[in-house]
Amino acid sequence: MPVVSMTVNGKAVSADVETRTLLVQYLRENLRLTGTHVGCDTSQCGCCVIHLDGKAVKSCTTLAVQAEGCNVLTIEGLAQPDGPLHPMQEAFRENHGLQCGFCTPGMVMAAVDMVNRKGNELDEQTIRQELDGNLCRCTGYHNIVKAIAAGAKAMKGTSPSA
Amino acid sequence: MTATGIGAAVRRKEDFRFITGKGQYTDDVTRPGETRAMFVRSPHAHAKIKSIDTAAASGMPGVLEVLTGAELASDKIGNLICGWMINSKDGTPMKMAAHPALAVGKACHVGDAVAVVVAETLAQAKDAAEKVKVDYEVLPAVIDPAKAQSAAAIHELAPNNTIYQWHLGDAKAADAAIKSAKHVTRLDIVNNRLVPNAMEPRVAIGDYDTGTQNFTLWNTTQNPHVARLVIAAFVGMAPEHKLRVIAPDVGGGFGSKIFIYPEEVVCLWASKRVGRPVKWTCDRSEAFVTDAHGRDHVTHAEMAFGDDGKITAIKVKTVANLGAYMSTFSSSVPTYLYATLLSGQYDIPAIYCEVDAVYTNTVPVDAYRGAGRPEATFVVERLVEVGARELGIDPADLRRRNFIKSFPHQTPVIMAYDAGDYNASLKKASEIADVKGFGKRKRDSARVGKLRGLGYSNYIEACGIAPSQAVGSLGAGVGLWESAEVRVNPTGSVEVLTGCHQHGQGHETTFAQVVADRLGIPIDNISIVHGDTDKVQFGMGTYGSRSGAVGISAIVKALDKVEAKAKKVAAFMLEAAEGDIEFKDGKFTVAGTDKAAAWGEVTLNAYIAHKFTGAQLEPGLKEGAFYDPTNFTFPAGCHICEVEIDPETGHTDIVGWTAVDDFGTVINPMIVEGQVHGGVAQGVGQAMLENAVYNSDGQLVSGSFMDYTMPRADDLPSLKVDMTVTKCPGNPLGIKGCGEAGAIAAPAAVINAITDAIGTEDLAMPATSQAVWAAIRRVAKMQQAAE
Repeated sequence: MPVVSMTVNGKAVSADVETRTLLVQYLRENLRLTGTHVGCDTSQCGCCVIHLDGKAVKSCTTLAVQAEGCNVLTIEGLAQPDGPLHPMQEAFRENHGLQCGFCTPGMVMAAVDMVNRKGNELDEQTIRQELDGNLCRCTGYHNIVKAIAAGAKAMKGTSPSA
Repeated sequence: MTATGIGAAVRRKEDFRFITGKGQYTDDVTRPGETRAMFVRSPHAHAKIKSIDTAAASGMPGVLEVLTGAELASDKIGNLICGWMINSKDGTPMKMAAHPALAVGKACHVGDAVAVVVAETLAQAKDAAEKVKVDYEVLPAVIDPAKAQSAAAIHELAPNNTIYQWHLGDAKAADAAIKSAKHVTRLDIVNNRLVPNAMEPRVAIGDYDTGTQNFTLWNTTQNPHVARLVIAAFVGMAPEHKLRVIAPDVGGGFGSKIFIYPEEVVCLWASKRVGRPVKWTCDRSEAFVTDAHGRDHVTHAEMAFGDDGKITAIKVKTVANLGAYMSTFSSSVPTYLYATLLSGQYDIPAIYCEVDAVYTNTVPVDAYRGAGRPEATFVVERLVEVGARELGIDPADLRRRNFIKSFPHQTPVIMAYDAGDYNASLKKASEIADVKGFGKRKRDSARVGKLRGLGYSNYIEACGIAPSQAVGSLGAGVGLWESAEVRVNPTGSVEVLTGCHQHGQGHETTFAQVVADRLGIPIDNISIVHGDTDKVQFGMGTYGSRSGAVGISAIVKALDKVEAKAKKVAAFMLEAAEGDIEFKDGKFTVAGTDKAAAWGEVTLNAYIAHKFTGAQLEPGLKEGAFYDPTNFTFPAGCHICEVEIDPETGHTDIVGWTAVDDFGTVINPMIVEGQVHGGVAQGVGQAMLENAVYNSDGQLVSGSFMDYTMPRADDLPSLKVDMTVTKCPGNPLGIKGCGEAGAIAAPAAVINAITDAIGTEDLAMPATSQAVWAAIRRVAKMQQAAE
């Protein structure tokens, strides 16, 4: 089994994994970072979105070995430990952008990536189109859209997360 | 109203763990020594199982056990059951076929579990499952519910695949009204089959403790106690007190996680056999062919009109597809949750409904958000809208002429509506949607080559669900009350144990708001405990928009008792008569004096018990209540959908959505609006996007998120949500329930709007761009032919 090494939420980690191990399995089962969820098996739902070297990827369609040497950020690492919530997390709470919470980590990670790419002033149409890769069955997206618009504004002046 | 009390848009207490990735869903639970299960499933819709060879799989690395229906039978594991008895109109009971947790003798739908492999790792279990050799003899499959009754029987006990032939109402009265009607509107309706698709797939962990011989099931369930009851009493896995069911954070349910599924039974059973915990996590592809589906009705409906557009009768014949086996509550959905709502918001003197429920070789069908009520609303609201068009009466006006205006109102189909103001919600919705300006907007659309339409849906639903005695008389195997236990700690903080279960509804916040409001204590000093049969004594779970109307009512009853006991304690502390103690804003006072004790002082005294003897008063402050409702509750409202359609492509944009709902008393408007948003999204999904499509061999061709169109953010509009309030007279706070309204209202509003735009009623759900385009082409061809 190959050894894979990467940085996850700022910490260097290394493990022997089967080559077929998906990144999401590695995060959830080896590192017990269970905030990243699996909602489908066809890369459609986005519950598993994490940041790989600063870009949003679906960790269910990435092999752990593909993350060799990379910088991985999961929902657990978005805010500093014991620090305030990330503005996007706070915006989801403030705008009731979640109900069952299962899609939420992927939504928040996709939303932060959206702001990193598209800036702090996001209109409704842009947000709806950019959410193409994330499914939510609870909220009808109405409050997710509001949350992302508010979170984007609140992120102004913060440095893009790694 | 206080900042955190009833009526306040309090931000949710549960959100912190979800937005930080610290939620604990069942798949996040890991037990020491855990093994993994992988099911071998039938690739055929209907097939005799001639033999199963497990030898090769058993020898694979890491494999601990390979089990089939043969071992299930020899270990005397009982079948799954349907818990609501429906009798046919001739008095014969419904034909419930055996549903073993692993197929015995034959497989009845694609996805039917045939064997299970338990291995050290999931990868090993998957590898070994591929080595299980099943020799099938493929049998003809029955797929189309409309043809099921003329096909060979799937289950011997149900000739013509007919489970029951049920009816409700007065056939003679309806026929007479139709015969003498000024006008009759007739519609053939297919209520399309849906896949619930909660974002969290189902998970079960069975854990047998060889020392205590106790079982624990961690499970994605909406009702842990009912799961325990069925698995104990019917499946016979263990006595009830030796089985603990834990439902931790659950990622959406929408009905699909009410039911007791084969995998839960198998994980418990396999855990005992291997002596280690057994975990099964459903793949999404697996979910599509194992989670109970929703809807799937084929209906012919007629509405009779007398003078001035007065509705005189409604007559409905429905064939309801229940799939290959009868799921836990499947029988009740197309009967008592459907035909009883066919009066809608209207005063209709004669109603008759016949329902044939049939077996097919498809996944079992059971309750999905709304459960019967979306199907009823679609029938009624399509008939009214089409009737209005045929009669040349404005559809809002026709509705107004027929609204029930005085309460209580007894319909001809069991329900006694207690309170409502249907005109108020129609009026408010019409104003918000600017119905008056629609004509101009339609002309503006026409100028750019677009079609524009407007559709109403004035729905009513029955929630709660109902008094246990009433549902018992209708065939329910359970009572539908709810329990609550309020435990006050010596320091004054409070734990509320509820038999309801949250899977997105925000109970940890709304229930706490009710307690904060009543006791005058900070909301952060209140915890809501649910989802564990070892903690909560018993409860009926969450579905049917019942947690507010029934669950909160139980909490209120328990709070009444807590307050009464606390007043006794305060009386001893303040050396006053119990009757002179007043309690307000967290403070006990003696009437007419300045003597007072704070909540925390009284709770401490309840436990230290220094001010009274055991003979005078029991120490402690903990009270429980079981609340049985007095009636169903009747949320109702008006949704208005406005669409703009490109006739060249059929592409349909929802350009306006207004929802005005009457949910009675609202505890947290932010959460209630969120429930409406989500319900509307699922209803729009049904109307425009979603369809579970089987081919004639019984393969689910829309069996993944690549093929089954889930609503995405850019499929949906921004929604205007508002409310009117008539309080429910039947429960202490006047709550009606809000969880399903959107899904019930939305499909009819969408289809009424699209058909208004394109000028034909010949349009089935889902109204995809292609379907709308084809309908527009049919209209054009007919017009050409006429010319």
